[in-house]
Amino acid sequence: MANVFAFAETRNGELRKIGLEAVTAARKIADETGGKVDAFIAGAPGVGAHAEQLAKYGADTVIVVEHAGLEKYNPEALAATVAERIRGGAYRIAIFPTSALGSDLAPRVAAKLGVGLVTDVTAVNLDGDAVIVQHPVNIGKVMATVKMTSQPALIGIRPNMFTPVENPRAGAVERAEPVGDPSASRVVVKEVKLGSSAKLDLGEAPVIVSGGRGLKGPENFKLLEDLAAAFGNAAIGATRVVTDEGWRPHSDQIGQTGRLVSPQLYVAVGISGAIQHLAGMRTSRTIVAINKDKEAPIFKIADYGIVGDLFEIVPVLTAAVKEAKSRG
Amino acid sequence: MKIAVCIKRVPDMDVRFKIAPIGNAVDEAGLKFDINDFDSWAVEAALQIKDKDSATEVVIVSLGSDSVQETIRKALAMGADRGVELKVARIPFDGLAIAHALAAELKGGGFDLILFGKQSADSSNGAVGAMVGELLGLPVVTAISKLELAGATGSAKREIEGGQEFVEFPLPAVLTIDQGLNTARYPALKGIMAAKKKPLDVRPAQLGEQSVSVTKMELPPERPAGRIIGEGASAVPELVGLLQTEAKVL
Ligand SMILES: Cc1cc2nc3c(=O)[nH]c(=O)nc-3n(C[C@H](O)[C@H](O)[C@H](O)COP(=O)(O)OP(=O)(O)OC[C@H]3O[C@@H](n4cnc5c(N)ncnc54)[C@H](O)[C@@H]3O)c2cc1C
Ligand SMILES: Nc1ncnc2c1ncn2[C@@H]1O[C@H](COP(=O)(O)O)[C@@H](O)[C@H]1O
Repeated sequence: MANVFAFAETRNGELRKIGLEAVTAARKIADETGGKVDAFIAGAPGVGAHAEQLAKYGADTVIVVEHAGLEKYNPEALAATVAERIRGGAYRIAIFPTSALGSDLAPRVAAKLGVGLVTDVTAVNLDGDAVIVQHPVNIGKVMATVKMTSQPALIGIRPNMFTPVENPRAGAVERAEPVGDPSASRVVVKEVKLGSSAKLDLGEAPVIVSGGRGLKGPENFKLLEDLAAAFGNAAIGATRVVTDEGWRPHSDQIGQTGRLVSPQLYVAVGISGAIQHLAGMRTSRTIVAINKDKEAPIFKIADYGIVGDLFEIVPVLTAAVKEAKSRG
Repeated sequence: MKIAVCIKRVPDMDVRFKIAPIGNAVDEAGLKFDINDFDSWAVEAALQIKDKDSATEVVIVSLGSDSVQETIRKALAMGADRGVELKVARIPFDGLAIAHALAAELKGGGFDLILFGKQSADSSNGAVGAMVGELLGLPVVTAISKLELAGATGSAKREIEGGQEFVEFPLPAVLTIDQGLNTARYPALKGIMAAKKKPLDVRPAQLGEQSVSVTKMELPPERPAGRIIGEGASAVPELVGLLQTEAKVL
């Protein structure tokens, strides 16, 4: 029987999609062996209201930790609290998101517990007492099968690999206190600046419209914003050239040293397709490329390529997508 | 100030990898190796502090086979003061085992800052830095793209999804470096000459117990060869049709 712990990430009191993905992944593993899923959610008072949703996606129990000192990310308090819950839980696996928060939290917890951690996991299976995970290495050019034998094994799941599936359970709420005093943390998040809240996160968006140097300047990203608006469920991404030039914020960069994304649809506009860029988006389900150079490497991996001037093509595409959407 | 920087020697990624006959590693024949990019920015961050305060000592630590000496020498050529090789036959995949060895070396070293890259390009767990910080009981801030120090307090910026976090922490601390903090300098000829004479100690690595291992490596399935459907705006209707009927994303 494999009991599984799932860390349900929140931000600003809202449950993030990756939190539901963690619960979904946990449910799948637990169901293979008749085990239970404990979801863990922490934040400012009121965050426990999400317990119902976690139950809907498969949590047998929801551990709720509410404290004013957990309103913003509090790495030390959260790591201590999570580590203690996992220590007491006899879990086979503890699942974290591979997000900015999860990538900071999971290694701390692993070190406190003295157990193994693999992040950016794309698939999880059990094999006797071991946990077997798939984990891309060498900037995604090689896939590693990794065997984990610690009890529990800590894994960070890659966003968008475990589509949330409803699987309702009782979701009994268990309230808990933070370990130690959250206001005594040495590392303190003083301020969080977020782009417009209407903006879809790159890791969660089903469609990404991404621009490169071919856009020629920040003002022309309006073209991509219009295209994204036509899709309705799209976020904007960029190459490193674009973020280094300051045309878009660093947080929009996709690639080896930026975000790793795997949307349903990736539209690469004026992007050459350098390996460091491909490393961040090659697992996208469908890739479209628009580039005036028919030799551009991006066309080697694009399911559908159009050769030509983006300034001519993108507005026409925006209009066509709008029309297709309105027809349903 | 006393600063340690942990650097990893990794293969140059701009190649088509082959899997070695043992099946759980890449074939290293013909690969070029260099310092992990994020780690070069960590070295640069340390050297920029040293540029302002020449009393600062910058120590480079790398765990690996003797081949890491070349990588350590590069950091010394950039301007670091001395190096330590923590010797193993080959670098294990298990981040916690590596972290134990690094922590054992760094413990009691009196460092004000211990710097890491955000992530290694080969194992790509982004875990070792924060693990070492926990093992040493030090404050940890990961993935920083801006750093300011004022006396015994530091402030840093972290890139998060769709925004930034501004964090304060006391020294001594462990930091992991994201892109955007700086651009690494190239070693000058003078630096390369000087590096040959800088101390480089070799000690056996006290790897922790390993519970994570790679059992198989394979090349991911190639995407089907790309397909150009047409030229110019006249190809748009066909594209939209394919997105609806074939890719089913519209
Ligand atoms: C250590 C390291 C890490 C890196 N990490 C990343 C990373 O994480 N992400 C990343 O993206 N890059 C990264 N890079 C940079 C990468 O190598 C490339 O330089 C970068 O991806 C190129 O960006 P680009 O495609 O926008 O620009 P370019 O390569 O200059 O391509 C621009 C493209 O636009 C096309 N174009 C121009 N005008 C038009 C037009 N009117 N209509 C249509 N097409 C047009 C051109 O044909 C060309 O193909 C990294 C590099 C290094 C060394
Ligand atoms: N073998 C090693 N020797 C020294 N530092 C390392 C080693 N492996 C990892 N690191 C450091 O830990 C960071 C994160 O590595 P990883 O957890 O493998 O992504 C790297 O950027 C390095 O700074």
